[in-house]
Amino acid sequence: MNPYLPHTAEDVRAMLDAMGIPDVEALFSDIPAAVRERYRPVGLPPRDELAVQRRLIGLAEDSTGRRLIPFLGGGLYDHYIPPVVGHVLSRSELSTAYTPYQAELSQGTLTWMFEYQTMICELTGMEVANASMYDGATALAEAVLMAHRTTGGKVVLVPRSLLPHLRAVLATYAWGAGLSLHEVPYGEDGRLALGRVPDGTCALVVSQPNGFGILEDLTGLKDCLGRAFLIAYANPIPLAVVEPPGSFGADVVVGEGQPLGNPVSFGGPLLGFLATRMAYLRRMPGRVSGRTQDREGKAGYVMTFQTREQHIRREGATSNICTNSALCALAATVYLAALGPAGLRRVALLAYERAHALADRIAALPGYGMEFSGPFFHEFAVRCVDPHGAVAKLRRAGIAVLPPSFLHPLGIEDGLLVAVTEKRTEEELDRFVAALEG
Amino acid sequence: MSTIYDHGAPGRRAVALPELGQAEEELLARFPPSLRRREGPRLPEVSQPELVRHYTALSRMNYGVDTGFYPLGSCTMKHNPKLHEDLARHPGFTELHPLLPAEECQGALALLWEMGECLKGIAGMPGITLQPAAGAHGELTGMLLLKRWLEDRGELGVRTKILLPDSAHGTNPASAAMAGFSVVSLPSDRRGMVDLAALEGALGPDVAGIMLTVPNTLGIFEEDILTITQLVHEAGGLCYFDGANLNAYLGRARPGDMGADVFHINLHKTFSTPHGGGGPGAGPVTVSEALLPYLPVPDIVREDGKYRLVWDRPKSIGRVHPYFGNTLVIAKALAYILTLGDEGLREASAGAVLAANYLKAKLKGTYRVPYDRLAKHEFVLSGEGLGDGVRTLDIAKRLMDYGFHPPTVYFPLIVKEALMIEPTETEPREVLDAFAEAMLRIAAEARDHPELLRDAPHTTPVRRLDEARAVREPWLRLGGGCVG
Repeated sequence: MNPYLPHTAEDVRAMLDAMGIPDVEALFSDIPAAVRERYRPVGLPPRDELAVQRRLIGLAEDSTGRRLIPFLGGGLYDHYIPPVVGHVLSRSELSTAYTPYQAELSQGTLTWMFEYQTMICELTGMEVANASMYDGATALAEAVLMAHRTTGGKVVLVPRSLLPHLRAVLATYAWGAGLSLHEVPYGEDGRLALGRVPDGTCALVVSQPNGFGILEDLTGLKDCLGRAFLIAYANPIPLAVVEPPGSFGADVVVGEGQPLGNPVSFGGPLLGFLATRMAYLRRMPGRVSGRTQDREGKAGYVMTFQTREQHIRREGATSNICTNSALCALAATVYLAALGPAGLRRVALLAYERAHALADRIAALPGYGMEFSGPFFHEFAVRCVDPHGAVAKLRRAGIAVLPPSFLHPLGIEDGLLVAVTEKRTEEELDRFVAALEG
Repeated sequence: MSTIYDHGAPGRRAVALPELGQAEEELLARFPPSLRRREGPRLPEVSQPELVRHYTALSRMNYGVDTGFYPLGSCTMKHNPKLHEDLARHPGFTELHPLLPAEECQGALALLWEMGECLKGIAGMPGITLQPAAGAHGELTGMLLLKRWLEDRGELGVRTKILLPDSAHGTNPASAAMAGFSVVSLPSDRRGMVDLAALEGALGPDVAGIMLTVPNTLGIFEEDILTITQLVHEAGGLCYFDGANLNAYLGRARPGDMGADVFHINLHKTFSTPHGGGGPGAGPVTVSEALLPYLPVPDIVREDGKYRLVWDRPKSIGRVHPYFGNTLVIAKALAYILTLGDEGLREASAGAVLAANYLKAKLKGTYRVPYDRLAKHEFVLSGEGLGDGVRTLDIAKRLMDYGFHPPTVYFPLIVKEALMIEPTETEPREVLDAFAEAMLRIAAEARDHPELLRDAPHTTPVRRLDEARAVREPWLRLGGGCVG
């Protein structure tokens, strides 16, 4: 039985009679009989709400990882989410709406999209932002496609220090578009060591901070690139206090917006943000909300520059994206509004302060040190003799760090990546250090 | 219309955060000078009540499924069950980091695996990836799978074309182009279905495959579907099925039985997850035997009651998502499938198709139905010829005055002044009747008082908006280097 079906037997009869159709099955006579005969059910009984609740809660509780203290990063971070965010998101006029095709009934969605675009521009130092992409990885891939379409180049320079799963998604998209990835090494400080830029380069990707948590110096990079794009993949939290890529001539700034008011959610849904210069507005993928006026001169918002998009331009569109990550973008908007400039700076600096306190203490332990000398923000690579042993010790203390294999694709065999947010307490830092000492 | 920036005052805040151990300046002094931000981001400074009231005010200027009838064709705006929202918010899902080892994530992996099994069963196809984050993302994944298949057979660069009916969603050609294919449009015949003669004429050694929407965007089931897929297969191509319209035959037919090689499923349509004002959704993709080796990694397998990740797929296209896909959306959709079971799924499509045909019958004497056949879950009317200069856009805007969200308009492109109506199964008969009544009254108004339509909407927070101005004078953010 389908509990979400309001039609009573009388309703069904009346509706069929109104059409002069004998029964519901007759409504499916246009599906070829051979197809209907081949149909086999999945084998699923119906369940009541209580049974479904038990099943799903059982699954949620089956993951032991949720009870560990997370010093986990690698692109997704355990930041504090003020409850006000969830309460706004549960306003179902916002959460159960579709894409705002009909502007007059969607001023709520279109207004917060406009606010979100403003905030992303402010954080990144860019001129225009879209209303979201699926996640940071696909936002990065789409930025590269944008660079390719603009410059015609087919070579993408990708740092070896890029997070491995970002590179993996980028590689898939690049292969689809006939582009090749060239690796840019890192130096002893863990920072990008850009050499000669090959002919036919469409973009240099730089991650701020990079996959080791190290802050890159973007000074002068754009000048080495000629026509090629400088694409920055940025974590939005450090941007509260770190000079944004827009100040260094970045053509596109993308990133994972999860740290802004969204939980890690076992990797999805996430929030890709993408910002660029007005000169590239017509090459940008995704939805954009713009302010205009109604017939009476009253300010209002519409989805605009839609001629870039698939539903108008079809195979000539700047991207195929349609559904995006709107509700996660709303979470980011409310989060940033709740914190304000001082709150965001506080979150960033708390993470910075605690990460550095922990790093100093770990580096002082015998057998441990820092992998790199470069400046880091709230995540860092620790060098140790026995990373697997260290992970096991931490696990016994109820602490989770990323498995050592995470750094292998980045060329680090003997390291651990440790992330610290404002949620980690003094006591948890003590416990971390004590576990390694034990 | 105020934005959050119009509220508050310097120094206000909505959250109490922990104190720093050192002074801000001391910490900032540790930064290399080239990295230290010179001018902070301009963000709102508001108190919590201001914040809550602003977003509550915005919500009241919005229309969702929870507000009322939302017959947006091809979008399947059915009710979003509330149980699912609570379940997906469980910290066992939301606070679980995807990079933890598989043994620490057994519950989440079980959830994904179970969803995979359900969707494979529903599609009647042997392989799946849950990675795609939306329908169009699933399409791109499918096109990349085709590309890898061609590469593996040494036909890449030979088979370069994707055939597309002229009624296809815009995402289809855009996705094919992103994977490097060129697109050939196939005309629809007088029935509104794929023109078989045109299909045969287009097929050849340069064709990689076809992308079909079943039922198509006219809401009509492709009655020749078996012939179509057979012809494409015989010509050496593969068949992509766009699953946006799965709600039409859920629980009674399977793409795998129709010759589909790739099929994407929009969980935010057919499987009831809310659309969030534009997203997030989820677009899992099922595949036939031919494409199994190319699916994205990692695969989730179950052995002896344990779940593990398998990376060893040398022919895989790689990752299309940085992790496993939109887990929370998948959790809601799984709750829906488990609640309904096979019988409930079958009832969903029955209710959806019944509602669509019922509405069509009520409207077709007044509105033109360009392709008048048995409808599936949706149907397409034309707004042409209703009254003096009245257009479909006017009908859509006037519907707002009657308290309804308009249908999809001006799509599919093959119908002039199209109105694409998808009522879904979750609307009571009284709502369908009220909507039909409004549509009939609007048709009468178009004849007698066309200005009522041309000036509509009258009751919304804003009147009709000037879209041309939005492009002419782009105002896409507050402050900064743009206008405003």
